[in-house]
Amino acid sequence: MLLLILKRIGLGLITLFIVSLITFVGVEVLPGDACTTYLEREAYGSALDACIKRLGLDVPAYERYLDWASNVVRGDFGYSLSGEMPINEVLGPRVKNSLVLASVSILIGIPLAIVLGIITALWRDKLPDIMISTITIFSMTIPEFISATLLILIVAIWLGWLPGIVIIPSDATFYELLSNIILPVVAISMIMTAHMARMVRSSVIQVMASDYVQMAILKGVPYWKMVFRHVLPNALLPAINVVALTIAWLLGGVVVTEVVFNYPGLGRLVIESISNRDLPVVQALAIILASIYVGINLIADLMTLMLNPRLKSLQIRK
Amino acid sequence: MNEIIESVKNLSIGFNSQKGKQISILRNVSTNIKKGETVGIVGESGSGKSTLALAMMGYIKQGLFPLKGECLFKSEDLLKMSSRQLEKIRGRKIAMIPQNAGQALTPNLKIGYQIDEALKLHTDLNKTERDKKISELLNKVRLPSPETMAFRYPHELSGGQQQRVAVAMALAGKPDLLLLDEPTTGLDVTTQAHVLELLRFIAKDTGTSMIYVSHDLGAIAQVSDRIVVMYAGEIVLEGPARKILKEPIHPYTYGLLKSIPKLSLAGLPASMPGSQPQPGSINEGCSFYDRCNLANDNCKKNSPDLEHIKELDTNVRCFNYKELLNQNNNLQTSITKKSNNSEANEVLKLKDVSISYAKQKFFDQLLNKISDQNPTVKDINIDIKKGETIALVGESGSGKSTILKSIAGLLKTKDGQIKFEKDRILSSDLKKRNPNDLRAIQLIFQNPDESLNPNHTVEQILSQPLKLYFNLSGDELKKNIIDLLKKVRLGEFYMSRYPRQLSGGEKQRVAVARAFAAKPDIILCDEVTSALDVSVQAAVLNLLQQLKEDLGTTYVFVSHDLAVVRAISDRVAVLYQGRLCEIGPSQNVYKFPSHPYTEVLLGAVLEPDPDIKPKLVAEDIVEEKPPEKGCSFQGRCPRKIGDICNSEVPPWQIGENGNAIRCHINIEELASLQQ
Repeated sequence: MLLLILKRIGLGLITLFIVSLITFVGVEVLPGDACTTYLEREAYGSALDACIKRLGLDVPAYERYLDWASNVVRGDFGYSLSGEMPINEVLGPRVKNSLVLASVSILIGIPLAIVLGIITALWRDKLPDIMISTITIFSMTIPEFISATLLILIVAIWLGWLPGIVIIPSDATFYELLSNIILPVVAISMIMTAHMARMVRSSVIQVMASDYVQMAILKGVPYWKMVFRHVLPNALLPAINVVALTIAWLLGGVVVTEVVFNYPGLGRLVIESISNRDLPVVQALAIILASIYVGINLIADLMTLMLNPRLKSLQIRK
Repeated sequence: MNEIIESVKNLSIGFNSQKGKQISILRNVSTNIKKGETVGIVGESGSGKSTLALAMMGYIKQGLFPLKGECLFKSEDLLKMSSRQLEKIRGRKIAMIPQNAGQALTPNLKIGYQIDEALKLHTDLNKTERDKKISELLNKVRLPSPETMAFRYPHELSGGQQQRVAVAMALAGKPDLLLLDEPTTGLDVTTQAHVLELLRFIAKDTGTSMIYVSHDLGAIAQVSDRIVVMYAGEIVLEGPARKILKEPIHPYTYGLLKSIPKLSLAGLPASMPGSQPQPGSINEGCSFYDRCNLANDNCKKNSPDLEHIKELDTNVRCFNYKELLNQNNNLQTSITKKSNNSEANEVLKLKDVSISYAKQKFFDQLLNKISDQNPTVKDINIDIKKGETIALVGESGSGKSTILKSIAGLLKTKDGQIKFEKDRILSSDLKKRNPNDLRAIQLIFQNPDESLNPNHTVEQILSQPLKLYFNLSGDELKKNIIDLLKKVRLGEFYMSRYPRQLSGGEKQRVAVARAFAAKPDIILCDEVTSALDVSVQAAVLNLLQQLKEDLGTTYVFVSHDLAVVRAISDRVAVLYQGRLCEIGPSQNVYKFPSHPYTEVLLGAVLEPDPDIKPKLVAEDIVEEKPPEKGCSFQGRCPRKIGDICNSEVPPWQIGENGNAIRCHINIEELASLQQ
């Protein structure tokens, strides 16, 4: 088991190494360099020299990669050109904001998705299923920029209950954030919950049709006991990986929603740094997002392994 | 003793078709289960036997609903009960032992918990009493080390052990009636015999009534007091087990019994024409009319009622049953088959073949070799003559399918050679074989549902080999397809059908036709009849034999069913754990002296005859790996003589009859031991 975990971590690290290489090479093969790209027409004379010196662009590429990589490992992502400060200072509040948005959405969305999925599966083709399924399919099919815009129009403009866009600085405190993030959370949860509820529904239906559920019924196990002991543990197991992907997607910044609501999270930072041609930040974001995906998937795989007795003993026997 | 526990009255169960028509799966079924009695319900797939059994627990599968009638358990109608009331009866009064225990045990719950759950629901015992009861139950079903067994998950047990756990779980609530839905189907022959023996013991020991549902008349014959025969949703024959099995007076039962291959008979069983009508396609007249050789005009127009014949204590649904009353002595007949010319040339030769499933280590991969000291299949030497049918027999894990795959080139051999025609070595790598060799060896798979592409019509399926190997097109291609269909006795109109529009037997015929399309020299048959119903199986076996006699094809026939092998094969090779135990002409292998493993296998075969009981000589334990040295059967051998069996590979001995046996015991001594 331990060997397996180490193996998976090793594989994750290799993935990250390859991602870092690709982003570095990608930036390298672009015409010009970080300074000429950022400075554009002012890229001459002392401004260019200062920039080159600050970013250390005067040494060969492999040396710069080694330098950059070893700094990243130590947690230093370099210097942001547009912010004119270390990238870590730019990132810090953004990561925190994205984390707040993601965790609130997760805390609301995932339990809701599971409950809705179970309800629709147990009352399959009956009224609760038909109603909930219609709503989930509806909210799945509407793209988030439309649902977000509609939310702003209805709740913020017509009703005037909540602020339409987030106009707080990126280093706002948690409480300041909370009142501002209700609409973004609703917009995100709609899509996320709908997707996951559909998945949980089909998974529960599949397990309900299995031989062991029929057996439990014929054994005289009361309905709800059967649902909780025999159905749900087996039905929710495959959902873990989907939940993990959703979390990774959320933490990576929900680009469109953040832009529509002007929310200062990682997603918007991606857009901003690209439009500012701030290549060091783009590079840093690529590696951070990749780490989030790799890390969360690793956790999900290990959890599946722990919870599934079949896989667990398989590993021990090996 | 004659108290009736459960009685089914005029029960019909059905569903609504897409056109809004009501279609019955069960039609007007009535029967009684008496206290302490074991009733066998037998029928082929689609006969409604499982639907009937589940209805007797008040359970109707999703999509079905009762149309009329009732299921009275102690004079209360189960079909009218609320789910609360049913929970009190299920598991406590009526318990179920499912078909496939591997899938019927919840995968995330430990064995002990699942039994405990039944105890908690249906008894008043406290925790310590329940724990004691669990190991008592596990002990009763003869599971090894009951103390630790409770803490294991279902997947950690073998198929036979899982089935025993299901039995223990059913016994937990001390039910009055046990329902068994194909409880031994899918188990190995020796395991099956052991589980049946256990069930018989439990029936006697506890006095529980049992309903035993199965398609296997052999298993039914071993346990039942009374037998109910179902056909197309109706009871066609019902009576005391011995009468039904020895003197069946319904033409369907008669045909069914004749179509079962028997160990004592060489030659092929007689087949019944046609197949069971689909629900909804049953019109007026007798539902067996199309397949019956006693049928007359009356049968076409009127459907017979279930008639009680007092002197035989039997109910029968047939107008002409009297014609069968006097001709039942010839149940033990078979069609003799032409045997091949023993002078024929060798066509395929396996020389010292070993096959390993072990993962290659990195360095071995580089050097392209396999370094496994204890391969799955080892030292296989078989010479196969042209036009011969050689059967490979053994339980699951015996390596029989593995050998077949490597002959086909789907699996690399570790050592040894496969020689084809006049000592030409066939590469064990499919990609290195020339197209003509690929054409010459064809495979037929076990399950035609999986081996036929569901999106291709029969025409497309059959045209592929013809295009590939013979470059046929246009009219010529079509003519060849029609010829092939004719060979497997299917009409031209089948060309435009999809596999899902065919019955199981028809699908397997298409698979046979596809193999013959390549005009092969050798056809490898991998359990080709085990997914089919008995009457269909007999037809496919006869078809294979006929094609062989006409075309001179060689068959390598893999099967776990010794009776089927007896019927079709000229020569038999018995395998255990990937090692040959015995090989010889089939009439001799089925006679003693034989290898102790063959003896165990033959003893465990269930015959559809209540007077032939299986002999259980070896434990039904499952060995995961072949032993590293000595005899492959040392772990289970009932005739083990000592250390020599563990340390030395036994020598080949050739008996008088020409069968070779690999055993340390002298062959004459074996003969006298097995008298």
